[in-house]
Amino acid sequence: MSQTVFGSLNNYEKGGVQVIDDDPKHYAFSNVFEVASKSKPYEKVAVGQNLKYVIEAIRAEGDSPWFAADHDEAALVMDGEIEVHLIQPDKPLVAAGKEGSVKLDAEPKGKKMGWVKAWRGHMALLPKGSAYQFRSAKPGVLLLQTIKGDLTVEKWADICQTKA
Amino acid sequence: MSTATSVPVSGATNTTKKDLGYKTFSIGKFNFERDEYFAHIHYPGNQHIIPIDNFLRSLMRDVGWGFFYGTVNFDNVFGTVNHYGTVEMFVGLFNDAYRKTNRHYVETFQSADLRKVFEAMLDDWTNEGFDPYAAPGETGQPFGPKHGSNTKALKRIRQVAKRMVGLPGDLPYRTDADYPVNRQFTDVPQDKPEIHAEPGFEGQVHAFNAFGYIVRSDVTWNPSVVSCVHDSQFCATTEEHALPITHGNDRVEWFIQVCDEIVWDVDDGATGRPRAKVTMKPGDVAAMPADIRHKGYSPKRSILVVWENNDDRLPKMYANHELKPYPVEF
Repeated sequence: MSQTVFGSLNNYEKGGVQVIDDDPKHYAFSNVFEVASKSKPYEKVAVGQNLKYVIEAIRAEGDSPWFAADHDEAALVMDGEIEVHLIQPDKPLVAAGKEGSVKLDAEPKGKKMGWVKAWRGHMALLPKGSAYQFRSAKPGVLLLQTIKGDLTVEKWADICQTKA
Repeated sequence: MSTATSVPVSGATNTTKKDLGYKTFSIGKFNFERDEYFAHIHYPGNQHIIPIDNFLRSLMRDVGWGFFYGTVNFDNVFGTVNHYGTVEMFVGLFNDAYRKTNRHYVETFQSADLRKVFEAMLDDWTNEGFDPYAAPGETGQPFGPKHGSNTKALKRIRQVAKRMVGLPGDLPYRTDADYPVNRQFTDVPQDKPEIHAEPGFEGQVHAFNAFGYIVRSDVTWNPSVVSCVHDSQFCATTEEHALPITHGNDRVEWFIQVCDEIVWDVDDGATGRPRAKVTMKPGDVAAMPADIRHKGYSPKRSILVVWENNDDRLPKMYANHELKPYPVEF
């Protein structure tokens, strides 16, 4: 049996678009490990956008700010060991209908919901209305399934293949 | 070009080709027969032939996906277009030569009517020991006279999480009893995340081993939804050998290659003219534009997350050019 090959921050090999008759930019081809290797901690870099929905590649390193969203989000660990701490705030932190995640100034007041320790391949729910913080002792990589918001960073020309 | 919208559904007959034991099927003016090696498709004035292994694998995806998003090309001539309530079945509709010589043929059916015929054909034409959802290396052959059946393998239900796998009331986890780890993924960890929920928050503090779940899939090239954010769906699938169909998009979809490698042939959706080859390795992310068709090749069983936008308004918006066929401009 062949070994299953995953990627990581320290060991990834990128594929690419071999153009026959097209513009490689139409494929917005990038690699989450390469993106995270060049990102600031907890910078939310869009690597996929499907109208209002995005996938964000996040370099997890140290403690993140506290975030909240008015909709569910899903965090998939692609590399590293990452904790997700959750709080049910005493009052809503995000306006109803607001899309995307919002950065909070500090840990919000509320009930501690608990926490999750997840590593490669694990997916954690970031429930609608909760506040959450990521903690990662070493650099790791998260993929966030979410909606495009104020914190979403778009730098497609920097991360995507642009030439044939 | 010939088109028809009337739907005389005559279903199956016991007339067999060379007395091999297979039923023939008809719907509208299409007639389907199989022999030991091939499916024969007859339509007004002409016929088409497809190797039976690829025909059954394609038919399985078309049935299993409910005609899927957009176009299911069984080969570069025959296929279906999903209009979500009705389905076009065509010969040569997206083939440049057929179109230029006006030799294409299309009929429109109610989805339920065509599905009924396709399901019956799939059941009758699938022999014992052949699983059209399995990779060629892990199943028997479909050839020869009719011998037995494999109905159980054809009745798998597409699995769709409402929010996330494992949440109370949502899709359950896969276990050794029903979904053992695939033979090519025995090295993928089955460990579980640590969950430390405070009293009262059990079921809300949630995480699961998504890769461990996906590698228990008993099918290939058949996505199941593992998480949703409104209409944003992570559709995870395991891929091995070749995608039997060539999928024609009716919206932009995205691929996230989780492990190993897939090579995609990308052709123009309308003509089949080659546009690109996309090689995806672990961690690669790529869009498939709304105006292409694609066929994948996975030398080793790999994990792919197909990221879909399930908004049912999109096909019309792309078809009307209200939206550009590619997802971002830069």
